[in-house]
Amino acid sequence: MSEPKKISPPLSDEDIMNLKIGDRVLITGKILTGRDSAHKRLYELIQKGEKLPIEIKGQIIYYVGPAPAKPGYVIGSAGPTTSYRMDPYAPLLMEHGLKGMIGKGVRSQSVRDAMKKFKGVYFAATGGAGALIARNIRTATIIAYEDLGPEAIRELEVEDFPVIVANDAFGGDLYEEGMKKFRR
Amino acid sequence: MRQVPYKTIVETVAQLCTDANYFLGDDMIKAFKDGLSKEDSDAGKDILNQLLKNADIAKTEKVPLCQDCGFAVIFLELGTDAHVEGNIIEAINDGVKKGYTDGYLRKSILSDPVKGRNTGDNTPAIIHTTLVPGDKIKITVAPKGGGSENMSEVNMMKPADGIEGVKTFVVDRVLRSSANPCPPIVVGVGVGGTFEYVAFLAKKALLRNIGERNPDPFYADVERELLERINNLGIGPQGLGGRITALDVFIETHPRHIASFPVAVNINCHVARHKTAVI
Repeated sequence: MSEPKKISPPLSDEDIMNLKIGDRVLITGKILTGRDSAHKRLYELIQKGEKLPIEIKGQIIYYVGPAPAKPGYVIGSAGPTTSYRMDPYAPLLMEHGLKGMIGKGVRSQSVRDAMKKFKGVYFAATGGAGALIARNIRTATIIAYEDLGPEAIRELEVEDFPVIVANDAFGGDLYEEGMKKFRR
Repeated sequence: MRQVPYKTIVETVAQLCTDANYFLGDDMIKAFKDGLSKEDSDAGKDILNQLLKNADIAKTEKVPLCQDCGFAVIFLELGTDAHVEGNIIEAINDGVKKGYTDGYLRKSILSDPVKGRNTGDNTPAIIHTTLVPGDKIKITVAPKGGGSENMSEVNMMKPADGIEGVKTFVVDRVLRSSANPCPPIVVGVGVGGTFEYVAFLAKKALLRNIGERNPDPFYADVERELLERINNLGIGPQGLGGRITALDVFIETHPRHIASFPVAVNINCHVARHKTAVI
């Protein structure tokens, strides 16, 4: 396996074009969290032409609803949730500047098309490895929709947060490629 | 009639909720290790190593294996000679509330499927009750994550579809699930009964430990065949391609109506949690 690539948001189109499916990537810096309910709210605000409570230009959204932090911890277990549930909302967010998404599982054709069109990338983190992943999170702050509990939008400061490029801006899909290679 | 204090039920259920979420079964750890020796994909091996490390951190630090600490699904075997002081259903829910709150587990339950808000304590639990002879109370807590549950399905097949139809449906259901349910998965299959009962059978099948075959050699063979066919799909750990897509397949059956052939597939992720206590 090749050396992992290191990136820090905000991401430019050039950063995105440098990422290909199968690349191992370490993210350092600030990323946002959001899942089902938060996506629905952001989507509806954009549709109404209203201002979002967070800046999404050049940013990465991590699909996660963390477990509560034990005393002495900054966050509880925090692995990715299944991404397809955010598929109805993701293209519009990318149209408005979102560059990266972190989750697990396959994306729809419309999301893959939007990644090509708006230069975006989808990273896979290891689903179900929430205790391990939390070790790469340095701080966690709720910045919007606190009423949603685990679904609130948080800003996470991460260090060498490990992900793999699952869909790139060239139309590549690691899930399809990987399965083709090992199918009998 | 044996009297069982309300508090005993609460404490037992609370402990089972946290234990299930912190401590992955030895059978699963062994299955990850066995998988490592069979996996050809580098990405797949890397994932399996991460899962072993994750299980170790969760156990040592007493933190949940996965942030999705699940719907608290509870199998209650209530001896008809045992009597709980107070309402046993309330006692179980109080136990879930205590376990999820004191144990820093994520609360994932909405009070109403359409209009609801988070109930804040992961109640109510789903409770499957069976009355059994004797004065013991057996409680199994099997927290179930949403990602794998969403890839599950009930299919009212035709009797003419037979066992080959069952096999085709199970393999196809796993293929369509692809990376979504967090492979390597555990597959629970229900065959027979009625529409609602077959789903219960598939869920119950997930309580078995890895390697535990159906006692009927016919179904044991089907389980082995399905596991091999699923692992030939190439989905692999986390769906990134590889040999280890499923760790086991469990079939539970029940008599059926002459007109019906219900089949259910309940998929579990690699955080296949279940803990049991007998009071």
